[in-house]
Amino acid sequence: MQTFVRTEMLTPQAPPVTERGVVKWLRENLFSSALNIGLTLLGIATLYYVVTLSLPWLLNGVWTASSLTECRSIIAQNAGPDASGACWAIIHARWYQFIYGFYPPELYWRPVLAFGLLLVALAPILFGDNARNAGLLVSIVSALTILSLFLVNMPMWLFLALSAGLILASYLAYTRLNLLWYLTLLYPFLTVWLLWGGSLWGQVSIMAGFGVLVAAYRLLSPRLGVPIATGIGVVAAVLWWLLLDDKVAEAMQHLIPLAITPIESDKMGGFLLAFIIGVSSISLSLPIGILLALGRQSDMFLVKALSVGFIEFVRGVPLITMLFTASLLLQYFLPPNTNFDLILRVVILVTLFSAAYNAEVVRGGLAALPKGQYEAADALGLDYWQAQRLIIMPQALKVSIPGIVSTFIGLFKDTTLVTFVGLAEPLRGITTIVRADINWKGVYWEPYLFVGAIFFVVCYGMSRYSLYLEGKLRTDHN
Amino acid sequence: MANALQTNMTQEVAIQITAMNKWYGTFHVLRDINMTVQTGERIVICGPSGSGKSTLIRCVNRLEEHQQGQIIVDGTELTNDIKNIDKVRSEVGMVFQHFNLFPHLTIMENLTLAPIWVRKIPKAEADETAMYFLNKVKIPEQAHKYPGQLSGGQQQRVAIARSLCMKPRIMLFDEPTSALDPEMIKEVLDTMIGLAQDGMTMICVTHEMGFAQAVANRVIFMDQGQIVEQNEPREFFNNPKSDRTKLFLSQILGH
Repeated sequence: MQTFVRTEMLTPQAPPVTERGVVKWLRENLFSSALNIGLTLLGIATLYYVVTLSLPWLLNGVWTASSLTECRSIIAQNAGPDASGACWAIIHARWYQFIYGFYPPELYWRPVLAFGLLLVALAPILFGDNARNAGLLVSIVSALTILSLFLVNMPMWLFLALSAGLILASYLAYTRLNLLWYLTLLYPFLTVWLLWGGSLWGQVSIMAGFGVLVAAYRLLSPRLGVPIATGIGVVAAVLWWLLLDDKVAEAMQHLIPLAITPIESDKMGGFLLAFIIGVSSISLSLPIGILLALGRQSDMFLVKALSVGFIEFVRGVPLITMLFTASLLLQYFLPPNTNFDLILRVVILVTLFSAAYNAEVVRGGLAALPKGQYEAADALGLDYWQAQRLIIMPQALKVSIPGIVSTFIGLFKDTTLVTFVGLAEPLRGITTIVRADINWKGVYWEPYLFVGAIFFVVCYGMSRYSLYLEGKLRTDHN
Repeated sequence: MANALQTNMTQEVAIQITAMNKWYGTFHVLRDINMTVQTGERIVICGPSGSGKSTLIRCVNRLEEHQQGQIIVDGTELTNDIKNIDKVRSEVGMVFQHFNLFPHLTIMENLTLAPIWVRKIPKAEADETAMYFLNKVKIPEQAHKYPGQLSGGQQQRVAIARSLCMKPRIMLFDEPTSALDPEMIKEVLDTMIGLAQDGMTMICVTHEMGFAQAVANRVIFMDQGQIVEQNEPREFFNNPKSDRTKLFLSQILGH
C-alpha cells in the first residue's frame, strides 16, 4: 500500500467555460440533444418568419387619419406603394365608443370615476394585509383617475371635490387601510347610481333592504340559530324590496331631491359593459359558488339535492342558452310591466353560470383537506359556520385559487357572448358598428387586435395576482 | 397505589358510559361498553388495531355517533342535540395521532382561535393563556412560526397546548405518539406526565406500556369492540387474567 499525505490544500477554481454563465444555459436549455437543436432552430426560423411578416405592418402603422383611404395614402407616402401598414387611426377615432359604448359624452366622468373607484375599493380585498402595496395601487389609480377626469367634461367644483376625495383615499390606503373597507361595501350601490343615474335614494333604499337582513339576523340568530335567522332575514329583505323599497325612495326623493341624469342600459357598451358584467358576476359568483359547494356536501338531503341539481343543470347548459333565457324567456315569468333591466338579467344568469363552475372548483379544494382538520375544529367546539370560515375555507380556497381564477378569466372573456342578446360588447358589438362606418370599410385586423390586447392585459393581470396570492399564502415551508 | 403519581380522585363522575353499542354500517364496532371515569382518573386503553379503542374515545366527544346506550360527560348526555355536543366538546380536549394543527395559522393563532371564538375571551387574555401553555410544553420560542416549520414532536406538544388553552376538564389522547420518530416520543410523553401530575382527567389510547405503568390508575384492554380486561397497571402487566390479554402483552412486550 502506498502512503499518501497531502502537503498543500487545493484552492477552489472556477468551473470550465462550458459549465458556467450563458454558455451553460444555452447548452442545457437550447442545445442539449440533437432533437433539441432541431427544435431550437425550427423555433428561431418560425420566430423570424412571424416577425419579418408582421413587424413592417406594425411599424408602418398610422395613428391619425380620418378614414381608411387616408390611412393607406399616408402609408404609401411613407413606406412606398406596396408596403402594408396598420391603420390604428380607427382606434383613435372610435376610442370613446370602444370604451363607453353610447354613453353621453358630457357624462363620461361618471364611468371614469366608477372605474377608478373600483380599483380603490378592490385595494383592501387584494392587499388587505399589505398597506404598502394597497397604498401604491390606490395612489397610482387615484392619479390616473384625476388625470382622466381632467380630460373629460365635468363641472370644475365637482372635479376639485373628487380629486380631493381621491387624494384622501390614497392617504388612507397607506395609513388606515381598514377605513377603505367602508368604500368597498358602499361601492356596488355607488357605482350603480353613478352609471345608471337617477335618484340616490333608490340606492339608499336598496341598501336599507340589506340593513333589514342584517338587523333581523342580529336580533334572531342568538335565539334561533344561524340558518333560521338568515332565512327570516332574507325573507324580510325581499319583502322590503318588493313592497316598501320604491315608496321609501320616492318619499325621500320628494323630501330631499338628490338625482342625477338617468342613463338607460342600451346606452352602455364597449369595455364599460364588459366590466359591468365581468366585475359584478365575478364578485357575486364566488360566494354563491362557496355556498353551493357546501350545500353539495351537506347532510341535509334537500339542500344537497338542490345544490347538486342546480350545479349539474347549469353546467350542462351552454351559456348562450342562458343568455337567450335572460333576454327572452325571463320576461314571460315575471309579472307584467316589471321593468327588469336587460343588463341586470344578464348579470344574474352569468353569475349563476359561473357560480356552478366555482362550486365544483371549491369542492375540489374541500376534497383536498384532510378529515383531521374537520375533526380538530369539531373537537375544539367550533360550530359549523365558525369551522368553515376560520379553518376549512381559508385552506380549501387557497388550494382552489388556480381553478377559481381560471373560472374568473373564462367568465370575463365570456362577457363577449352578450352580443347575441343585442348588447354592444367590445369584441363583436362595437367592432361591427365601427367597421360598418363608410369611412372605415375594409378595416379588419386592427379593432380585433386592440380588443384582444385589452382582454389579454386584464386576464394576465388576474393570472399574475393569483400567483402572488399563492406565494403569499404558502405557509408550509419558509 | 399502582404508581408513584399522586391522584386526587374524587367520587365525582367525569364520564359515564352505559350499555353503549355502535355500528359502522352492519359492522358491530363497539359492543356493550360499560365504563365509568372518575374526575382525576387516568386511564390507558390498549388493544390490537381494529379493536375499537380509538372509536370508543371518539364517541366521548361525539366525533363518532353511538347508536345504543348512554354516554354522559360531565353531567351532559350526548344526544343529537347540537348544543349539548358543543358544550361537551368545549369541556373535553382531544389530541390526535396526526396532530391536526391548522397549517394556515401560526402556532399562536392555533392556540387562541378556539378560546376567542368559542369561549369569547378577549384576544389579549387568550394570548396570555397561550404563552403560558406554550411555556408549559417548553416551546415558547416557536409561537410565531407555522406548524409546517416544526418537528413532529413539537407539533404534538403544540396540539396538547392547543387543547389545554380551552381549560378542559377532561383530555382524550388518540395514539399521540404513534406517528412520531422514536427520539420525539419522550418529549411528548414527558408533557403528558406533567399533565397527569397536575391532576387532569385523562383517557389515553396508546401502546406506550412504560407510560401506562408510570401514569395510569387503570389499564383497559379491548379486543373485537369489547372491553376484555381492566385492572390497575401492576396487576394488568404482571398478572393478566385472560388469555387474549396474555397473548397481546407477550406480543408487544416480547421484543
